[in-house]
Amino acid sequence: MRFLLIIPTVFILVTTVFVLMRATGDPITAALGGRLTPDQLAERIHAAGYDRPILVQYVDYLGAVARGDFGTTLSDNRPVTQVLVTYGSATLELAVYAVIVAIVLGVPLGMLAAYFRDRWPDAVLRILAIFAYATPVFFAGLLLKLVFAVGLGWLPVAGRVSTDGEIAMQQAHATSGFMLVDAIRTGQPWVVVDVLQHAALPATALGLLTAGVFLRLVRTNMIGTLGREYVDAARSRGVRERRLVTAHAWRPALIPIITVVGLQVAMLLVGAVLTETTFEWRGLGFQLAQYLQARDFVAVQGIVALMAVVVAVTNFLVDIVAALVDPRVRY
Amino acid sequence: MARIEAGKLPVVRQLRQSVGLQRGMLVAGLVLTGLFVLVAALAPVLAPYGHSQLRDAAGPFGAQEPPSGRHLLGTTVGGYDVLSRVIFGAQTALLVVIASILASIVLGVALGLLSGYFGGWLDRVLVLVADAIYAFPSLLLAILGAIVISGGQSSLASGVGATALSITVVFVPQYLRVVRVEVLRVKGEAFVDAARVIGTGSWRIMTRHVLRNAVRTLPLIVTLNASEAILTLAGLGFLGFGIEPTAAAEWGYDLQRSIADVTSGIWWTALFPGLAIVVVALGMTLVGESLNDLADPRLRTRVRAASASTSPSTVAEDAR
Amino acid sequence: MSTPVVQVRDLDVTFATDSGPVHAVDGVTLDVAPGEVLAIVGESGSGKTVTAKAVLGLLPATATTRGAVVLASRGGGATDVVTVPAARLREARGRDVAMVFQEPSTALNPVYTVGWQIAEGLRAHGPVTSAQARVKAVEALRQVGIPDPEQRVDHYPHQFSGGQKQRIVIAMALALGPALIVADEPTTALDVTVQAEILDLLRRLRDETGAAIVLITHNMGVVADLADRVAVMYQGKLVEQAPVLDLFANPQAEYTKLLLAAVPRVGDGRARAERRAAARQPGWEDAAPVVEARDLVITYPGRFRQPAFTAVDGVSLRIRPGEVLGLVGESGSGKTTVARAIAGLQPVADGSLSVLGAELRGVKGRVLRALRPRLGFVFQDPATSFNPLLTIAECVAEPLVVHGRFGSPGAARRRVDELLEAVQLPRAYGDRFPHELSGGQRQRASLARALALDPELLVADEPTSALDVSVQARVLELFADLQRQLGFACLFVSHDLAVVDLLADRIAVMHRGRLVEEGTGPDVLEHPREDYTRRLLASLPVPDPAAQRARRAIT
Repeated sequence: MRFLLIIPTVFILVTTVFVLMRATGDPITAALGGRLTPDQLAERIHAAGYDRPILVQYVDYLGAVARGDFGTTLSDNRPVTQVLVTYGSATLELAVYAVIVAIVLGVPLGMLAAYFRDRWPDAVLRILAIFAYATPVFFAGLLLKLVFAVGLGWLPVAGRVSTDGEIAMQQAHATSGFMLVDAIRTGQPWVVVDVLQHAALPATALGLLTAGVFLRLVRTNMIGTLGREYVDAARSRGVRERRLVTAHAWRPALIPIITVVGLQVAMLLVGAVLTETTFEWRGLGFQLAQYLQARDFVAVQGIVALMAVVVAVTNFLVDIVAALVDPRVRY
Repeated sequence: MARIEAGKLPVVRQLRQSVGLQRGMLVAGLVLTGLFVLVAALAPVLAPYGHSQLRDAAGPFGAQEPPSGRHLLGTTVGGYDVLSRVIFGAQTALLVVIASILASIVLGVALGLLSGYFGGWLDRVLVLVADAIYAFPSLLLAILGAIVISGGQSSLASGVGATALSITVVFVPQYLRVVRVEVLRVKGEAFVDAARVIGTGSWRIMTRHVLRNAVRTLPLIVTLNASEAILTLAGLGFLGFGIEPTAAAEWGYDLQRSIADVTSGIWWTALFPGLAIVVVALGMTLVGESLNDLADPRLRTRVRAASASTSPSTVAEDAR
Repeated sequence: MSTPVVQVRDLDVTFATDSGPVHAVDGVTLDVAPGEVLAIVGESGSGKTVTAKAVLGLLPATATTRGAVVLASRGGGATDVVTVPAARLREARGRDVAMVFQEPSTALNPVYTVGWQIAEGLRAHGPVTSAQARVKAVEALRQVGIPDPEQRVDHYPHQFSGGQKQRIVIAMALALGPALIVADEPTTALDVTVQAEILDLLRRLRDETGAAIVLITHNMGVVADLADRVAVMYQGKLVEQAPVLDLFANPQAEYTKLLLAAVPRVGDGRARAERRAAARQPGWEDAAPVVEARDLVITYPGRFRQPAFTAVDGVSLRIRPGEVLGLVGESGSGKTTVARAIAGLQPVADGSLSVLGAELRGVKGRVLRALRPRLGFVFQDPATSFNPLLTIAECVAEPLVVHGRFGSPGAARRRVDELLEAVQLPRAYGDRFPHELSGGQRQRASLARALALDPELLVADEPTSALDVSVQARVLELFADLQRQLGFACLFVSHDLAVVDLLADRIAVMHRGRLVEEGTGPDVLEHPREDYTRRLLASLPVPDPAAQRARRAIT
C-alpha cells in the first residue's frame, strides 16, 4: 500500500520545483534580462508561452514532463532531456564508484567499531568518520587534487579521460557514456588505466564522505542489535563473539541500515554535484553549476526535477528491498 | 515554573555524566564551537584588514600573494587578504546558522505539534509534503530557495537572510518529523490519557503535558543541524550562490574561486577557508554526536566498577 | 548426594551506574544437585536475575564479579565461570549450562528461522553438517511439543504463538543436553493458561533428561508448583534456603514470612465480601446503576483497509453505587478496553454504555467533560502515568485546577496535602518528581489524583500488576480502606483472580472480547459454570506446595 505513495511524492516534487522556479518570474527575463531590449524580451516571452496564465503553463509543463519533455535550454539551445541523458551517465558512474568505496570501507569498519565498542579501535574509527563527514566534499576534493595531482603528479587534475583515450574510444565506437565500459570495449588496457586514474580522486573524495556516514550507521545499528536479548541468548548457547557480530546481530541490523542508506542517495547526489564541479567531471552536477552561472533556469528546473525524482524512486526501491530482507514482512 | 539547577542545564548535565572518549569528544566539540563563536563575535578586532579591503596605506595587496609578514595567509585571486576573509567568514557562518535554526525550530515545532496532536487530513498532508521535501537533495532545495528569495546574489543582510531561509526550507521537514513522532509517542503515554480522563482541554494538554516532553531531543538535532547548515552554506557559496565578496566574506565562495589556483599549485587560497569549514563543522558534529550517544542508553559509555577489581573473565573478554 | 552441577561460593556482583556503584549480589552461596529444581525467589532488585546471569557469565561489562561459580562438566572436570578464560567459558555455555529467558519474543532472533537458531548452538560446539543439525533441531522441537516439527523448523519466530516461542527457547537450551538449565522468569510474560503448560513442560523435561533447573521467579504459585528447594533473596542477600514444603509450612526468616503473608490467595476475599453484602441496605440493588453496558461493542479501526478489530463483543454488565466489580481476563480479552471505554477514552462502536446517567455512544465532548470530575482513573503503570516534568503535587492538583476548584497548583496545595495524607504519603513527597518515588508510592499518588474530586466512580486498570507482591498487598489494603470510607463504585480490572477476589463484590470474567461469566466471588471461584473459568482456575498455581501437588495429582 505505502508503495503507492511514490506517485503523489513525484507529483509533489515536480510541482514544488515548478512553483519555486516560477515564483521569481519567467526564465527568459532571468537569463537574458538586461541583455535584450524590453521589446525583444516580450517577444521571446510570448513565443515561449510564458505570458499565459500560470496554471495553463503548469498543466502544459506536467503534460510535457509526463511525455519526457523538459523543455529546451536557453543558454545553449539543447533539449533538456538530451542534457539529462548525456550527462546523467557520468553522474551515475561517479555515484557507483563512490558507493563501492563507501561500502567497502564503511560497512566492515562500522562492524569493527561496534565489535571494539568504546575501546581504541572504535575511538580512532569514529573520529575518522566524523572527520569524513565534517569535511565538505569539495574541500576534500581540492586537498586530494593538491596533493596527488598537483604536488605528487600521480593522477590527473580533472576530467574523466585523457584526449588520447577519448580518441581511442571513438575509434572503437564505444560511446555509451559510461567511461569504464567504453574503455573496456576499446580492448586496450591503457585506456582502462587512464579512465581509472581519472576516476580515482573524485571517487575517493565522494566515497570517503559516504563511507563516514555508512560507518556511523552500521556502528549504531550494530550496537543496538548486539544489545538485544537474542544476542545474549545466542551467547548463552556458546556461539562465538565474532559469529555474533557477523551473523546474529548483522542481519537484524541490516534492515534499518538499508532504509537509511536509501535516504543517503539524496546526500550522495548533492555530493556528486559538488565533486563534479571540483574535478570538472562532466556530469549533471557540473552542468547544473554551469547553467546556474548562466541563469538558465529551464535547464536548472529540468536537472533538479530529475534528481528529485531519481531520489524518490530510489527510496521507493530501497523500501522494497528492506521489506524483502525482513521475514516479518515477507511472510 | 522553570526549575533550573546547574545539574539540569542540558549540556552541563551531559558533560558530568560523560566519561572517556565521549567526554573527550564533547569537550573538544564545545571548545571548537566556542572558538568559532568567539572568532565570529570578535572578527573586527581580530582581522588585520577588512573582508573586502584591497589596499592599505602601503599600496594594493596584489593578487595570489603567498603568505608573508604582511599577509600571514597570503592573498586571493581577487586580491583580498585570506586571513581576514577567513575570520569574517566566521561571522557570516554564525549569523546564517543562528537565523536558519531559529526559523526552523519555530516553524517545525509548531507544525509538528499540530500535525502529531490533531492528526487527520492536516497531518497526512503535512507528512506527505515533509516526506517529499525530506527526500529532496538538500543542497538543490537550498539552491531553489536562494533563486526564489534573492535571485542568487545579494548583500550581507539580504544574503544571510536568503541563505538562512533556504536552509530553513531544508530543515523544517526534519523538525516537523522529529517533533511529530515525539508528540505521537508522548500522546500514547499514560500521563496524557490521565490528563484526558481528568478532563483537561486540548490546549492545556498540548502546552503543559505534550510540548515540553516532546522537545527534549531537540538540542541534539540542533547541534547536528548546525554543522549541516555550515556545510550547506558552503555548498551554496561553492556553486556561486553565496554572498557577494564585497558584501561579506563566505568560505564556500572563496573555495570556488580557488579551484583554478589549486591546479597551478597555489594552496593557500583553498586550504584556509576549507580548514575553517572543517573545524567549525567538526566542532558542532562532535557536540551533536556525543549528545546523541549520551541520550541513547544503548550507546552510552558507563564507568566500570572499580576497575582495579575487574574480574578476570571480563578482562579476558576485553582483550579479545 | 552426588556432586552438585553448580556450586556458587560467596558470589558478589557490583554494577557501575551513574549514581555510583550498586551492590546487586552480596555473598551468595548455594549448590544445585543433579536433577533438582531450585527456585530463587525475590522481588525486583533482590539480585535474583543477576545471580542467574552470573552462573552463565552473561553479566554486562559494567559489572564486577567476585567469588566462584563452579560448573560441573559432563565429562568430569569443573569450570569456574568467574575466573575461566573467555574461550573456555564459551565452550561451557550451552554444553554444561543453558538459559531460558523471560521474554521469548526478544530471546529469538526475528530474521532467522528457528531451525537455524537451534543449529547455531550445535555448530558452536563442534562440526555438524547442516543435515545433522536439521535432524537434531527437528528432534528438539518435537521434544518440547511443537506440532509438525519437520515443517515448523523452517519457520520464523513471528509465525509462532507466545507459548510456542517459549517452547522453542526451551528447545534451544536443551539442544546440547546440558546438566543445568537456568530459567529466568520463564512464565512471567505468559498468560496463566499458557504458564501452566510451560510449567508442565519443564517438569516433564526435568524427569526425562535429568537436567537440574534453577528457576528464577517472583511468583510463589510457580514456586509451589515446580520447585524442590527454594532460596529466598532480599536486597542482594540470600535470606533463607529450604525444601519447598518446609519453607511454605515453616518459614524462618522475617522477610520470607512477610513475603508469604503478602501473597494473595483465591478465597481470601470471601469473608470480607460476605460482610459487605450483609451490611447493605435492603433494596440497594434497585438504585440506578452507575455503569450500565448493554451489548457493548468496541472496535479498533483496521490499518490499510484491513477489517476493524473487535476488541469487545456484546458485553453487558452493570455496576451499582458503592459496588466493586472485578473484571478478570487474560491478555487480549478486552478487559482494559472496557475500562477505557467507561472512562471515555475509547469510542463505543455498538450497543449502549451508560456511565453516571450519560450515554457514551456517540457522546458529545461537552457531555463528557461534565462527566469527568465524577470519575477517577488509576492506570496500570505508575511510572508512565505521571508527567515526568511536573512535581507530584502539581500532578495531583491538575484535576482541581482543570475543573476550576483552585486557580493554580499552588493554591490547591492544602487540598493536595490532605489527599497525600489520605493515601499515606508524607506531605513532603508533593515536592518530588515522579521518578524520585518508588512504584508503590507512585501508585498511591495516582490514587490521590484519581480521588481528588471525590468521584462517584473509580476505574482501576491493573493498578497493582507492575508492583512487587509485598507492595501490592499494601496498595490493595489502602484501596479497600478508601473505598469503604468514601463509598465510590469501582471497576477493578486485573489478570489475577486472587487480587480481584480480595476486593470485589462481584467478579466478571472476560475471554476473547466476550463476558463469559459473572457472579459473586464464591459463585465464580468455587462453582464456576463455564469451561473457560474452570480452565483459568485450574491453571492458576496455588501458592501452597502441598495443595498444588494434590491438585496436580487429580488432573
